[in-house]
Amino acid sequence: MNAALLIILGTIAGSALVGIYAGLRVKMDLENWTVGGRRFGSLIIWLLMAGEIYTTFTFLGASGWAYSKGAPTYYIIIYGTLAYTLSFFILPEIWKLGKRHGLHTQPDFFIRIYGSRFLGVLVAVVGILSIIPYLQLQLAGLGMIVEVSSNGAIPSRLAIILSFVLTCIFVYTSGIRGSAWVSVIKDVMMIVAIGVVGLGVPRIYFGGIGKMFRALIAQKPDHLVFPGAAPTMDTLWVMSTVLLTGMGFYMWPHVFGSAFSAKSDKIIKRNAIIMPFYQIPILLVFMVGFSAFLALPGLKNGDLAFLELVHKTYPSWFLGFIGAAGAVTAMVPASILVLFASTLLAKNVYQAGFNPSASEAAVMRLSRAMVFVITATALIFALFLPNALVNLLLIGYDGVSQFFPGVVLGLFWKRVSRRGVICGLLTGLAIVVALVFGRHDPFLGMNAGFVALVVNGTVAVGISLLVRPGRPQGTVHVD
Amino acid sequence: MKKGTRLALVLGAIPFLTLVFALPFVNRIEPIVLGLPFVLFWILLWVVLTPAVLFAAYRIEKKHNPPDDEDKR
Repeated sequence: MNAALLIILGTIAGSALVGIYAGLRVKMDLENWTVGGRRFGSLIIWLLMAGEIYTTFTFLGASGWAYSKGAPTYYIIIYGTLAYTLSFFILPEIWKLGKRHGLHTQPDFFIRIYGSRFLGVLVAVVGILSIIPYLQLQLAGLGMIVEVSSNGAIPSRLAIILSFVLTCIFVYTSGIRGSAWVSVIKDVMMIVAIGVVGLGVPRIYFGGIGKMFRALIAQKPDHLVFPGAAPTMDTLWVMSTVLLTGMGFYMWPHVFGSAFSAKSDKIIKRNAIIMPFYQIPILLVFMVGFSAFLALPGLKNGDLAFLELVHKTYPSWFLGFIGAAGAVTAMVPASILVLFASTLLAKNVYQAGFNPSASEAAVMRLSRAMVFVITATALIFALFLPNALVNLLLIGYDGVSQFFPGVVLGLFWKRVSRRGVICGLLTGLAIVVALVFGRHDPFLGMNAGFVALVVNGTVAVGISLLVRPGRPQGTVHVD
Repeated sequence: MKKGTRLALVLGAIPFLTLVFALPFVNRIEPIVLGLPFVLFWILLWVVLTPAVLFAAYRIEKKHNPPDDEDKR
């Protein structure tokens, strides 16, 4: 027990120290803080991007879905692969534009392409509203994973406060460099954790992965094909969901923004080629969920399947290792979320919306101050109002995905108009809110966000074709 | 559109065809391949092949598209 406690606390503290150290010898301006001076090479970009994809809920959620829903969980490895394929074509162009015009954030990109500060502020606000509940989800996941894996020795609230105050500090001092360095620790620990458990558990209980599947097929074959145990998640739902989330993934402001930190467009392109390999560990996470389905039937909360099975199978110090890996796995994405939410608030809401004459140094100071505001907000929600943001979380992915037409049309279609993109975006957002809050998701068997995205794109193209061709002055073409 | 980009986009469509539009036809348990239910095997196969497809797209772009101004830096 003491060993587990030591491993968890040591990892959290050690990660924070590495994060702080990462920024010590760098003179921090906005360029260095948000995009690492655009100097990240292949390895660090790979680790950083992987750091954003693998969150605590990849562990808990992917195994939890395998446990309680079955086949629909496959969507997780599909959408990532689609996202990387799209990023191969889109991200290098975004990077080039960022380099040429010194862009730091996603709203910067929209302002630059469409010459509309309104659009920039709109994108920033939707981005922040999507980030906060996502951040709270990371906090809650961290609390749960540490509490369970320390056998209750570290209560959830203590774990959340401790690790997020430390995260907040290293974001303040080091910016994205801190996240990049800590993601090295995180990736190594997480791969070890998933490898040991994902290969070990099916072997220990069934004698191997093939035998585990044979046992599962004998007991409940329907669990392994769509729609599994979730009648509303049939093949059409999976198809529309992977399209939506595949297009939406790089539209998250923090994922979009971290592309700017690469040294060159080539690095981003090569990174997109190898990223799909990073999906393979998720397959092992599925194995844990499926094994738990047979070995631990009747769990009330499927998201605990991974932890409960480890608890049942391994010594307590190893459970502590899982808890530590889970904690850093929440800290890294959380740090990037905090970083970009703060920059969006300072640069794209305050400066772009209210005070265009603010100097870059002032924006930098404000961004850093916002780190504390954003962290405190997420902490308050996580500790005192855990259910207040559930609705926002439901529409977060659907919401940021609506940026996709504006990004792609802006990069590749000369006739696109500002008005078309704004109308498309507003229509898409309205449909998301109406369908999700009106309990019509899935809609006609499809993911509601996908329905909204199709309408959004159609409106954007339609209005662009109707209004006078040519873009407003001050905008740029990409080729 | 440049020739290399066009060819690369054709390759880029492959993961979408195999991992999205083919799903209704592969949603089966039999035949079991490598111990995996067929639908999961199919998905895994194309996840692993996608880097090869993208690498081919990368080589084609490089071969057909003249380097941009920015590459001269």
